[in-house]
Amino acid sequence: MRAALLHLALGFTLGALLLLRGGWALLGDAQAVALPAAWLLLPAHVEFLLVGWTVQLAMGVAFWILPRFAAPGPRSPTAPPPSRGNVAPAWAAFVLLNGGVWMVAVAPLLGDESALPTAGRLAELVAAAAFALHAWPRVKPAAA
Amino acid sequence: MPRLTRWFVRTSLVYLVAALLLGAALPWSVGSPAGMPLRAVYFHLLVVGWIAQLIFGVAYWMFPRGPAARPRGSAALGVSVYLLLNLGLLARAVAEPMNAASPAPGWAWTLAASAAAQWLAALGFVASIWPRVKER
Repeated sequence: MRAALLHLALGFTLGALLLLRGGWALLGDAQAVALPAAWLLLPAHVEFLLVGWTVQLAMGVAFWILPRFAAPGPRSPTAPPPSRGNVAPAWAAFVLLNGGVWMVAVAPLLGDESALPTAGRLAELVAAAAFALHAWPRVKPAAA
Repeated sequence: MPRLTRWFVRTSLVYLVAALLLGAALPWSVGSPAGMPLRAVYFHLLVVGWIAQLIFGVAYWMFPRGPAARPRGSAALGVSVYLLLNLGLLARAVAEPMNAASPAPGWAWTLAASAAAQWLAALGFVASIWPRVKER
């Protein structure tokens, strides 16, 4: 969730720079050339907000709020709290998703338009699959 | 549901309808100077006006609360986020196509102001919700 919020702040910051560049272009060449490489930031702006913020927020909320697994045995005040099951795939999804977002985001700045973005998108794909693996058994009736 | 959440959610629904209306009109803008900016406005009405704003409103309502005295943090900050986000987005929706159709310094400054307003709104939201991201 905090990573999603950081991507929201970063994504809006890049969006503001892009919008400023569009506005400043009217005010004269001196200002227009102040941010000549701003359009290289567009993929990062899109990736941070669509995947780093929106998708990651959805994953974070799902991890928090999907039904958990009650400990076997009768309910009692001393029973362990319900578990979220196997959280290793969810952690893998977190690492892969954020790694993928940054690979796609920095690729234009490094002049790489094929290998790094492809690797980033594949990392995001594996992240989605890993998260689905974690969340799938938790999509169930609350009491099950 | 807190009042601020109702503002966020209802406004987000208005943006959803407005964005889809604009989307329906986009084919008529192809080839005009404002065509590409209108496409950008359409996309941002959906992604910022609807999705982000809906998330802001629901998060303000549903995230774990803080101390009883101020369970949802600063109300003034929440209202500021709402105003900055919407004034910024509306200013952009008007200024960006106008900027392309008939360039003028006034539109440039409006775009700059809209960029600043939306940026501050995002930072304000992060600041307001950050302390509420905690174990529950």
